[in-house]
Amino acid sequence: MGGMDGFGAVTPEPNEPVFHAEWEGRVMAIVGSMFRAAGVNIDEFRHAIERIPPARYLASSYYERWLQALETILLEHGIVTREDLSSLPDPKGAEEPPAAKVAPSAAKPRTRAKFKSGDRVHVRNANPAGHTRAPRYVRDKSGIVRRDHGIYVLADSNAHHAGENRQHVYSVEFTARELWGRNDREKVLIDLWEDYLESERPHPRDTTLAKGRKRRVAPPAPVKRTGEGRKRGR
Amino acid sequence: MSEDHHDSSEHGPAARVKALEQLLADKGLINPATLDSLVDTYENKIGPRNGARVVAKAWTDPEFRERLLADATTACAELGIAGPEGGHLVAIENTARVHNMVVCTLCSCYPWPVLGIPPAWYKSFAYRSRAVSDPRGVLADFGLKLADDVEIRVWDSSAEQRYIVVPERPAGTEKMSEEQLAELVTRDSMVGVAKVATPGKAR
Repeated sequence: MGGMDGFGAVTPEPNEPVFHAEWEGRVMAIVGSMFRAAGVNIDEFRHAIERIPPARYLASSYYERWLQALETILLEHGIVTREDLSSLPDPKGAEEPPAAKVAPSAAKPRTRAKFKSGDRVHVRNANPAGHTRAPRYVRDKSGIVRRDHGIYVLADSNAHHAGENRQHVYSVEFTARELWGRNDREKVLIDLWEDYLESERPHPRDTTLAKGRKRRVAPPAPVKRTGEGRKRGR
Repeated sequence: MSEDHHDSSEHGPAARVKALEQLLADKGLINPATLDSLVDTYENKIGPRNGARVVAKAWTDPEFRERLLADATTACAELGIAGPEGGHLVAIENTARVHNMVVCTLCSCYPWPVLGIPPAWYKSFAYRSRAVSDPRGVLADFGLKLADDVEIRVWDSSAEQRYIVVPERPAGTEKMSEEQLAELVTRDSMVGVAKVATPGKAR
């Protein structure tokens, strides 16, 4: 949701309980206690939450989304049947759309890091049909690698049981100016898998990066794709 | 916003979850006693007091602070703090010049072993959307106004790293013990939406 407008102020709740209703804790505990044994990974659970149709997603509470995704996972893993689910009270609507087909990948773990701290990188403007952990607000943006966190399973393929694709994950720093068109003393650091990144190329918005560098690739068109991202200062 | 609704009655999701739990228990897939224990763990045992111990130790033990900033997972394990959503902890330190805050714009990733289950505001659409694009505005929602020359770093927990902020130690606490210091450290200060108040001063 990074950069979306219109949700208003953040309103902390004084003396908030851990769970607001008993069922919320039960949903957390069902997910926490049975997924590993059932061969469900966290990435596919997150993707099941993301597959909730947007209008319903926004109209549901946090644990209602967990419950919806839990039911989706149970059904898709054959742990429960449609008949099982339809026998439960309080149905919340249609099934979620199925996950996109993601081709299995036999890629070997990439242990050698392509980038190091201080490298300028550009986030590929990828818009995959399946799960990804590259939020829209950093796609096609340029930043600086600040940390190499080591090697991790790639969520994009793992969510679809299409291979682990282990590779480096980096903390990449973006300025508010690059992301939102502002030049305040604000930065966002976000963790990105190596597959999301390419070496920085000269960018029309930031002449300091291009200075003294040979242009290897044509700069991206100035008109950006539309999306939920806030587009201030353009 | 309907995300703030919480249904505590025995209909709606409460009834559905109860029936689903029964269904899974009948299939031998879950054990209600295990569920009881998990809920109890997060309601009563794991929460921000864990993180507060970590911060107070970092304030009083320079060598621990070094280890914490270098590898928070291992440093927290020294204090017996570990568990789900805590396999890759990262501690980041606030200074007079740099203020760190943590968000998960994609879902609501949070360092459970040190802070427990995230509060509703952390999971709210307002926080998830604006923390990255308007961090000063979000901090103002919490009543925190930072000087213009303080750099704000927002950490978006988009992978497996789970972040805890080590807030600044307030002035006037030089004589306090580690245990007393831990009492001062709030959850919000470890997410980076508040400072730790000087004792005796209203926040």
